[in-house]
Amino acid sequence: MAETAIRPRIVPGEILVEGVTKSYGAMHFRKDVVQHCSFKIERAKLTVMVGPSGCGKSTLIRLLAGFEQPTDGRILLDGAPVAEPSRDRLVVFQETALFPWMTTWQNILYGPRARGELTRESLAFGEFLLAKVGLQEFRDKYPGQLSGGMQRRAELARAMINNPKVMILDEPFRGLDAMTKELMWEYYSRLYEENRRTNFFVTTDIDEAVFLADRIFVMSNIPTQVRATIEVDLPRPRKLLDLFESDRANDIKKHALSILHAEAMRSFSRGSKAAADFVDAYLKRAPRT
Amino acid sequence: MRKLVTSPAFWRGAVSIVVFLALWELGARSKQWMAPEFFTPFKELLGAMGFKKDYLPWIGAVPAPSGVLEAWLAVLDQPGYWQSWYMSLFRVLSGFVAAMIIGIPFGLALAVSRVANGIGFPVFEVLRPIPPLAWVPASIIFWPTQELAITFITFLGAFYTIVINVLGGARSIDVRYFQAAQSMGSSRWDIFRRVILPGTLPSIVVGSAVGMGITWEVVVAAEMISGGGSQQAGVGGGLGFFIWNSYVGGSYEQIVVGMISIGIAGFVSSELLRWGGRYATPWLRQR
Repeated sequence: MAETAIRPRIVPGEILVEGVTKSYGAMHFRKDVVQHCSFKIERAKLTVMVGPSGCGKSTLIRLLAGFEQPTDGRILLDGAPVAEPSRDRLVVFQETALFPWMTTWQNILYGPRARGELTRESLAFGEFLLAKVGLQEFRDKYPGQLSGGMQRRAELARAMINNPKVMILDEPFRGLDAMTKELMWEYYSRLYEENRRTNFFVTTDIDEAVFLADRIFVMSNIPTQVRATIEVDLPRPRKLLDLFESDRANDIKKHALSILHAEAMRSFSRGSKAAADFVDAYLKRAPRT
Repeated sequence: MRKLVTSPAFWRGAVSIVVFLALWELGARSKQWMAPEFFTPFKELLGAMGFKKDYLPWIGAVPAPSGVLEAWLAVLDQPGYWQSWYMSLFRVLSGFVAAMIIGIPFGLALAVSRVANGIGFPVFEVLRPIPPLAWVPASIIFWPTQELAITFITFLGAFYTIVINVLGGARSIDVRYFQAAQSMGSSRWDIFRRVILPGTLPSIVVGSAVGMGITWEVVVAAEMISGGGSQQAGVGGGLGFFIWNSYVGGSYEQIVVGMISIGIAGFVSSELLRWGGRYATPWLRQR
């Protein structure tokens, strides 16, 4: 199959987050979940945001996707303000958000059909993606009949058929068993290496972050801000074994952990329950919940 | 079929029914082998406790299954019995179909539109606790024919259940489905048609099955109260009227025949609905 003939041209976008604050509640019940947060999601790069669970990452994603508007500051995609949900910024959700009442194939074609773009080209691209995620045999199965890993792959295909400028992934591999998860890392990074879309990937998992990222943002606990930016200059294509053997990868991991450690201690001194869990997760390396 | 007959579940079910019938037969025949004097001490005791002496609740007063079967075989070739079936079924179906036609769009409107919810929900919530049977007198006054009055009562029985289920089902659809659909460029109509509707379908099926059961409960009582809407006495008044008429006529076996007929009718109609529901929601099958 001639890939280039089928695949629409990929136009990676760039997102600029400028001094964004998002608060909930009013008056003195007001709480800033995200506060004066600024960063740039670079064009055609895989940016990973890592931070403890409950630190406001999901709020940031809702803002980037346009499901909610920031209280203050602005978000720009290629210079244009983000006002509403759009195919330019597609979210792959935690767990799975495939429509349970549609087969794999119907799910993948959802976007083109919704926009009335069900052309021969988009059908061919759908076939190509179905093959790409290895689900041809499961084309007419419902999501409930797929394994966790297959569901995530179907969801990646459902997003990619819309050819978004930025793909936003909210802990997409959460809830998978360790083995499947690692396979998904390799699979996903290969997809990225082939496409070089702008990807924004959110996770709580340091290993995942180091393996996938071009650049890591380490986030602080609520209010969410970028605490540190780490460039991951590991060569691509990456293999899982390299991650364990590479000194460079280990250095990066240690560096990220030390920043998270400092962040943990800082919150911990305030004595919140969330902070205690935070320290547990990153100091004792306890299993994450 | 062979698999069904050899399965333990089938035999457990069969044993359960046989034992139930045997105990019933035994109890009902107790008046034949138990002398009236046997009950005297109990009656004295009741009298001492200040109750009426001459009446003791006893299964011996109930017709035996053998007698019921006999009465059943006797009514099978009476057109009046089948007419009763037809009348009740017709009322149930028309009330139920009307409840679906009005209830499903109404429930969906309450779920998707804030305006519709604001206007419709308060009235709905006030009317909902009123039992359908409390509507019988008002309904007889309001509707021009008794037939319409009874159908309206059965409609009410199913309507509230269907609306509540549709509303709850549509509300509990995961917000991420809407977000995903919106991001991929769905219009409001597209989201309604391809997300809300299929997402609510399982609740519609459940609501309908429950509503169908209530419809049978209600139609029978409505027929008893309203006199069944029959022009000739004793013929064609529906199963509820069939029971009532048997009671008035003193044919106790026929009462039970009527009761069991309703049980069968309710079971079959619910089962048909569930069967249809499984076809409408293929993604819930074979997990």
